[in-house]
Amino acid sequence: MTRFLLPLAAFIVLVLFLAVGLGLKPREVPSPLIGKPAPVFQSQLLHEPGKTLASQDNLGKVWLLNVWASWCVSCREEHPLLVELAKSGIVPIYGLNYKDKPDLALQWLSQYGDPYIVSVVDPEGRIGIDYGVYGVPETYVIDKNGVIRHKQIGPVTVESLEKKILPLIKELQG
Amino acid sequence: MIPELGNFALILALLLALTQGTLPIIGAARGIPSWIALARPVVQGQFVFLAIAFGCLAYSFVNNDFSVMNVARNSNSELPIQYRIAASWGSHEGSLLLWVFMLSAWSVAVSVFSRHLPDEMVARVLGVMGLVSVGFILFLLVTSNPFDRLLPAALEGSDLNPLLQDPGMVIHPPMLYMGYVGFSVAFAFAIAALLSGQMDAAWARWSRPWTTVAWVFLTIGIMLGSWWAYYELGWGGWWFWDPVENASFLPWLVGTALVHSLAVTEKRGSFKSWTVLLAICAFSLSLLGTFLVRSGVLTSVHAFATDPARGIFILAFLVIVIGSSLLLFAWRAPKVGLGGKFDLVSRESMLLANNLLLMVAAGSVLLGTLYPLIMDSLDLGKISVGPPYFEAVFVPLMTPAIFLMGLGPLARWKQASLPELMLRLRWAFGVSVVTALLMPFVMGEWKPLVSFGLLLAFWIIATIFVSIRQRLHNSGQGGLFTKLARQSRSYYSMHLAHLGIAVFIIGVTLVNGYETEKDVRMEIGSTVTMGGYTFRFNGASPVSGPNYQAMRGDIDVLRNGEKIRVMQPEKRTYNASGMAMTEPAIDTGFLRDLYVAMGEPLEDGAWVVRVYHKPFVDWIWFGCLLMAFGGILAVTDRRYRLKVHNKHAENATVADDKRVASNPPRLSTGGKKA
Repeated sequence: MTRFLLPLAAFIVLVLFLAVGLGLKPREVPSPLIGKPAPVFQSQLLHEPGKTLASQDNLGKVWLLNVWASWCVSCREEHPLLVELAKSGIVPIYGLNYKDKPDLALQWLSQYGDPYIVSVVDPEGRIGIDYGVYGVPETYVIDKNGVIRHKQIGPVTVESLEKKILPLIKELQG
Repeated sequence: MIPELGNFALILALLLALTQGTLPIIGAARGIPSWIALARPVVQGQFVFLAIAFGCLAYSFVNNDFSVMNVARNSNSELPIQYRIAASWGSHEGSLLLWVFMLSAWSVAVSVFSRHLPDEMVARVLGVMGLVSVGFILFLLVTSNPFDRLLPAALEGSDLNPLLQDPGMVIHPPMLYMGYVGFSVAFAFAIAALLSGQMDAAWARWSRPWTTVAWVFLTIGIMLGSWWAYYELGWGGWWFWDPVENASFLPWLVGTALVHSLAVTEKRGSFKSWTVLLAICAFSLSLLGTFLVRSGVLTSVHAFATDPARGIFILAFLVIVIGSSLLLFAWRAPKVGLGGKFDLVSRESMLLANNLLLMVAAGSVLLGTLYPLIMDSLDLGKISVGPPYFEAVFVPLMTPAIFLMGLGPLARWKQASLPELMLRLRWAFGVSVVTALLMPFVMGEWKPLVSFGLLLAFWIIATIFVSIRQRLHNSGQGGLFTKLARQSRSYYSMHLAHLGIAVFIIGVTLVNGYETEKDVRMEIGSTVTMGGYTFRFNGASPVSGPNYQAMRGDIDVLRNGEKIRVMQPEKRTYNASGMAMTEPAIDTGFLRDLYVAMGEPLEDGAWVVRVYHKPFVDWIWFGCLLMAFGGILAVTDRRYRLKVHNKHAENATVADDKRVASNPPRLSTGGKKA
């Protein structure tokens, strides 16, 4: 009888590891850019193509860089949260409009609301490469010295905002 | 409206699956004929509603209904129609719907082709399949509803992952799933046998063709996946030991063991509990594969946002299905008995050894696949296990297995003599050693590993010759062709599948030993030479596809100064997602592939171009096809076909088939018309 129980025992061990594994996040490989100066960029504004924004302009304040696109469905999930966050005035949010078409992007913002101080365009994804973007949306917390302190992969959620992003911003601003 | 209809059909299918999973099983246990009789019509009803649900999803994709979340995320109005249909199963939700749809298709097949099985048996088998179906439909409805709306509707969809926009990808997942799901039949037969306590040769005979068909689908599915990776990913490899690939390979290894073990159980009555355990394992690994791919516990190329609720659901489902089957196994299997006895040297013992080797190989692959997860769980750091581990473990395990593969078919059942076997195979061994030593010189350079790989392949081929020669010698009077025609299909099917392994090994060995690869900067008009071929780069020009823009390279291939063909690899950028894709150009040949992929553009129209010369690479997939064809031949064997001609199966005597044990074969492939 006992030897017939062996497969079951092996399976139980396997299940234990799988159950623990579910709580882990293999994708959250810590970004090598955390604690490093944010890659410098200068690019055109989405709303006013004549003007540009340089990342150094934001030195001295804590800010969020949110990578978004109108073709990205997950961006819609986090968008209401970003709009709310922008209204609260806690932290300025800058958008990086990633591999998008300007007319579609503008239409998208007018439909869902525009939480961004400004959005800069990255039609070829060059800035995205510097930042190591591998899925949209992604959000970076950048401190007063222009150093990346946190990277949120995937949509911002209420949980990630309350547990990680907002306390971190408070600490950095203080 | 249509998505809601689909949702409603899915709910009705769930209710029917619940009925199917409970009443017939209880009816079989208590002997209530009307409950037993429910099994077949309920299965067919469930199939109809799942077909409606699947049709509704496909309809939403075809008509670009971006108010359905699943469509908005995985399709685009520019997407060509065939990929819009394929996108129905390109997503997580859609692929699970395909999973249950196929499960119900297999159930219908069982309900139709089981006219000659005892009704209680059919009720139990279909009941078990119904329970599996309940789990999956619940999973769909609770955590992954493909019909969820997105309001307000999106103007445009984010497009199907460009990697999946390929003919190979259109048929690869259905094939693979047919294999995965097909093992549920073998599983259901095994559970039904445990429930009823009847485990005899007849039981093995019934489940054997189903297992073989599932194995054939899985073989073709894996082959298509590997072939797709080869021509679509653009770096020329054909197997990467990626967790998702391993997830499909694990059930294949165990399924292969199961196919062989079933043969022993049918013909000799031995290995019963082992066969049942293999049937449970094969299906469990199919479920585990689904869990690994769909829950996000392992890093893979698949879905981005994985929902932890899904992972918990599938894990709970795994625990219920696999845990209760193994518990049932531990409870019932000790009473099964041992079946026919056999000696240490016999066909049984060789098959058992092969079975164990396959299982150990499966165990090692599973360990390697889960090792990163285990290390991470124990907080020992994030690591990844790569091909070197798998190759180091897999090859030494498969070497004795392949040696036995040559011996087994020649050994006698029950008791074989080792000296006699050695005597009979000495020429086969000598010929394969000499050929293996000499062949690499023909290829241009002697390499020990190549010689070793070829030895395994030639050993298989040589023993097949010996086996057939001997068989013909012993099969009475007549000319060569009369004798050849006298052998059963199942005999040929075995050798054909084994030959497939040999062809596969030749392909793997030669491409690993002699492939050449160059990553070169090519100016317009410059050339690169490789394997006797000269490649001349004529520049790249822009082209537009339906939903992408591309730069298409133009490369002339010359042999001895003569132009033999033009190759046009592309570098595509998909409009909606902005994803860049490499579309290599491949010149396929019997003895070699030429493979050209575009790298990065440089100044003045120059490009980085990757050029490969891959000898014998297509033999890898050809070998897989031979294995699959062997399986097809096996299920069309005379003893299964017999009933097509003679509908009164019970009266039929299967005089020419000496292996028939107590019961006559009851599986009919022509039962539908009967």
